[in-house]
Amino acid sequence: MSSAVPNWPTSARDESHRTAPHVTIRGLCKGYTDAVIYENFDFDIPRGKLISVFGPNGCGKSTLINMIAGLVPMDAGEVLFDGRPISKVKFGYVFQNYREALFPWLRAFDNIAYPLKLVGVPKAERERRVERLVAHLGVKVDLSLYPYHLSGGQQQLVSIMRALIVEPEILFLDEPFSALDYEMTLFMREQLQRVFVETATTMVLVSHDLEEAVYLSDYVLLLSRHPARVVEFVKFDAPRPRTDRTMSDPGFVATKAHCLQLFQHEVHRG
Amino acid sequence: MRRAHALLPLVGIAILLTIWSLVTFLRLVDPVLLPSPLATFRTLWEGMYSGKLGVDFARTVIRTITSTAIAAVIAIPLGIVLGSSEKIYRSVEFLIDFFRSTPASAMFPLFLVLFGVGDRTKISVAAFGAALVILFNVAYGVMNARKTRLLAAKVMGASRARVLFDVMLRESLPQTFVGLRNGVSLALVIIVVAEMFIGSTDGLGQRVFEAQQLFDMPAMYAAIFAAGALGYSLNLIFLVIERRFVHWAGR
Repeated sequence: MSSAVPNWPTSARDESHRTAPHVTIRGLCKGYTDAVIYENFDFDIPRGKLISVFGPNGCGKSTLINMIAGLVPMDAGEVLFDGRPISKVKFGYVFQNYREALFPWLRAFDNIAYPLKLVGVPKAERERRVERLVAHLGVKVDLSLYPYHLSGGQQQLVSIMRALIVEPEILFLDEPFSALDYEMTLFMREQLQRVFVETATTMVLVSHDLEEAVYLSDYVLLLSRHPARVVEFVKFDAPRPRTDRTMSDPGFVATKAHCLQLFQHEVHRG
Repeated sequence: MRRAHALLPLVGIAILLTIWSLVTFLRLVDPVLLPSPLATFRTLWEGMYSGKLGVDFARTVIRTITSTAIAAVIAIPLGIVLGSSEKIYRSVEFLIDFFRSTPASAMFPLFLVLFGVGDRTKISVAAFGAALVILFNVAYGVMNARKTRLLAAKVMGASRARVLFDVMLRESLPQTFVGLRNGVSLALVIIVVAEMFIGSTDGLGQRVFEAQQLFDMPAMYAAIFAAGALGYSLNLIFLVIERRFVHWAGR
């Protein structure tokens, strides 16, 4: 959103803007009665990248993005988006449970348009923007149907579009495909990758599937057992669009094996 | 095959009518106690279209609908308030459950003292009974709104008022309709009982009671069937409205 500050010298600002991290997490603490999940956790989320959060069960993957997105309060610490708090940021959030996240009383089209309605965009403009997003993503779903008439994958696609309609600067996805069957998961990975390539939105994906995490990401954030710390921030820079062939590519295989080794080490350490 | 399936509900009716006809034809029961189906339905038809039964039917409909409407107007907003805060609901839950479990007919003397003999007593007792049923269901509907859906609205930046009106209210609608259907059934029961015993001059309850007193059995059965048809129709009407307005229920 560089247009928000028009008085700055554009070149200088753009330069720093592009290289600076998008989200800075400092001194994050979170505990539940039986365990400390985060203790002075620091991390920078890079701009315009898709990062996956991966780690042992119960290490607080979802808690992390929920705290960043403001859904779960933190005990201490600070999360800033280019220096601003979450309340000043347009963001999208995609839930694992699409069935409960969508509004069954609204048609798919109106579900996607709902966030615009919340900020008072007039009806004609809402419709124009939904149609533009549909065309942009090449979505072939009958959006005049109610969600319960759509397949699971289509419903999750509608959820993702609802999250994207406000043109968020960051998109959070909490295990978005884990309730789908394998065929649909493969299809949805392609859809998400396409959305990412088309919009270059910063994305943070929580995944419990290492193959998916590596395949989709620019970086995999490997977390330790709680209290969580960064085991490694693994880069995977295979060119996009990635395809089935990417998965047999030596780079992919090596990255996945590396992540798996670190993961196993973490699992057995506890 | 499908058409045959649609006709299945008629089988039970046919069996009942056959047995009833046989019983009266073979005079297995005193014809004074059990008139033939033909005589009963003729009385029903004539009563509904030209006799007093039609008037009584209309009176009962008006009383039942009025009391349900009063109950709904009071109980739905109250149920939303109670349901939107679990603390508030828990603090009055016992009172609601207690009075919901109290037979509404036990309240007649009290309401008679308050409102005197007349429509106001009948309608207010029925409204009292129906309101508690509706209240309980609305509050539960609001309380059991899916957490993810509320969270989704919150994440999209919906204010508390928007969450209440756009999400909680919609979420509670299926349960609200359950409450309305149960409420209207209860209101009908209370109204018919009130018409029988609380100095009434009209209404289906009065008609049944009077026919029995006069030993006019065809008229009594006719009034009973009219009351049955009324109860069934009210339930059906609410179901049709529910299917239209709460198309997502159970899906």
